[in-house]
Amino acid sequence: MIDARKDFPILSRKVHGKKLVYLDNAATAQKPKQVIEAIKNYYENYNSNVHRAVHQLSAEATDAYDEAHEKTANFINAEEEEVIFTKNTTESINIIANHFARTLRKNDEIVLTQMEHHSNIVPWLNTAKITGAKIKYAEINKDGELDLEQIKKLITNKTKIVALAHVSNVLGTINPVKEIAKVAHDKGALVLIDGAQSVPHMPVDVKELDCDFLAFSAHKMLGPTGIGVLYGKKELLENIEPFNFGGDMIKEVTFENASWNDLPWKFEAGTPNMAGAVGLSAAIDYLKKIGMEKIREHELELTKYAIKKLSSIEGVEIYGPKQRVGVISFNLKNVHPHDVSSILDSEGVAVRGGHHCAMPLMKLLGIQGSVRASFYFYNTKEEIDVFVKALAKVKKIMGA
Amino acid sequence: MDLAEDMYKEELLEHYREPQNYGEIKDTDVKYKDFNPVCGDEIEIYADIKKGVIENVKFTGKGCAISQAAASILTEHIKSKKIEDVKKMSNEEVLELLPIKVSNLRIKCGLLALKAIQKGLLIYERKKHE
Repeated sequence: MIDARKDFPILSRKVHGKKLVYLDNAATAQKPKQVIEAIKNYYENYNSNVHRAVHQLSAEATDAYDEAHEKTANFINAEEEEVIFTKNTTESINIIANHFARTLRKNDEIVLTQMEHHSNIVPWLNTAKITGAKIKYAEINKDGELDLEQIKKLITNKTKIVALAHVSNVLGTINPVKEIAKVAHDKGALVLIDGAQSVPHMPVDVKELDCDFLAFSAHKMLGPTGIGVLYGKKELLENIEPFNFGGDMIKEVTFENASWNDLPWKFEAGTPNMAGAVGLSAAIDYLKKIGMEKIREHELELTKYAIKKLSSIEGVEIYGPKQRVGVISFNLKNVHPHDVSSILDSEGVAVRGGHHCAMPLMKLLGIQGSVRASFYFYNTKEEIDVFVKALAKVKKIMGA
Repeated sequence: MDLAEDMYKEELLEHYREPQNYGEIKDTDVKYKDFNPVCGDEIEIYADIKKGVIENVKFTGKGCAISQAAASILTEHIKSKKIEDVKKMSNEEVLELLPIKVSNLRIKCGLLALKAIQKGLLIYERKKHE
């Protein structure tokens, strides 16, 4: 057991007179008071613009902002200049997709998987549209797993970029990204990992995975909204043109020309999200204190427990593989996921119902949508009991 | 009363389980399909029009109990009504017809059928003018 609940003020609130059971962590995680306090402290004591003025407040804010890069880099085993702060995972992916929109040619290929979130499909559709490059999708089997043999055939000398989720936000599948990166590199392709659902829940080491780019968001890992991360290998980032242009990303500007600042600042135009960076720092401190291994272990235990309980309910169909993170998508026979979610909500249980920004995957599974329960380390077995009991109420009301 | 039982009253669920006017009309005047992109609800509406009056109306669709029951209730309500009146129907009027109070989060489900019929009628009239 991880004793963390007391740190999360929101977890003690009530919803419709019932105790909140928050099981929508794959959408966004709740924030501990350490993160909220850090942001409050920033605004109350040293708010000022970074990398500009020489006054004391700016020095403190700049130190904190730079330290956030350093901590984030350490967290994923990267170098400080390899960590770019963005708005969110989506923007991080867009920066790289935009680079390829400027550099791919007609016969080049992009490899994605059938389980991608819209954020790792739509930017590439745009890249393909602009360049004429072709998108190929790695298929999933009936358990929602990728077939490594099929991927080996799919990635060819024409492939320039392979972009895939480390962990599926719908099925909870953990993809063999290290093996896939090896296959891609052997063919001369680069690899982008969407780490939105993995970085918050397990140890992720970019050197170990040998990925070229990694995208993730602070808000799914206890941090504030509005700040995300793009990791890229230094030698690659140096040769990629900026995405946004303006202040702070330049070295020298004339009326005719501009040269770019050093990494990572070249990619961070304009006043950045300083309070967000301070919040992300505090979130990383918090996660490190508990330990990512321990978080993974606890969530694994919760997931096993939940799957066992859910499987015993008649009419419940669970999607996805046996080996997974704390994400469980399911349907209750003859009840629409939104009706399930609404009735669970009346019992204080927050889950997500719908297509989870993965419409092509839903179509593939032959369903309109699903109910998704997703856990974090502060969830408990008792909460899963409340959730399962609330499902019995859904069945009673809907006559299912 | 319990919040969920309030939202899923038997009267609503009856319309969901056994909807009125469910099915297609072939070769009809109005045929329009609309979606709620967020939740994936879909309603396709069909209507025969005679002298500016909705003579027959049917729908098919997939989705949550609220969206499907609302389509059943709305099609019952607009049968034999002038298309001018249906075009003017407000969201509030439709929500009033439902046997439940729809929460803010589910209003789009409750209004999908109205959206479909009103858009379908607009297209019907535009075609007639051509």
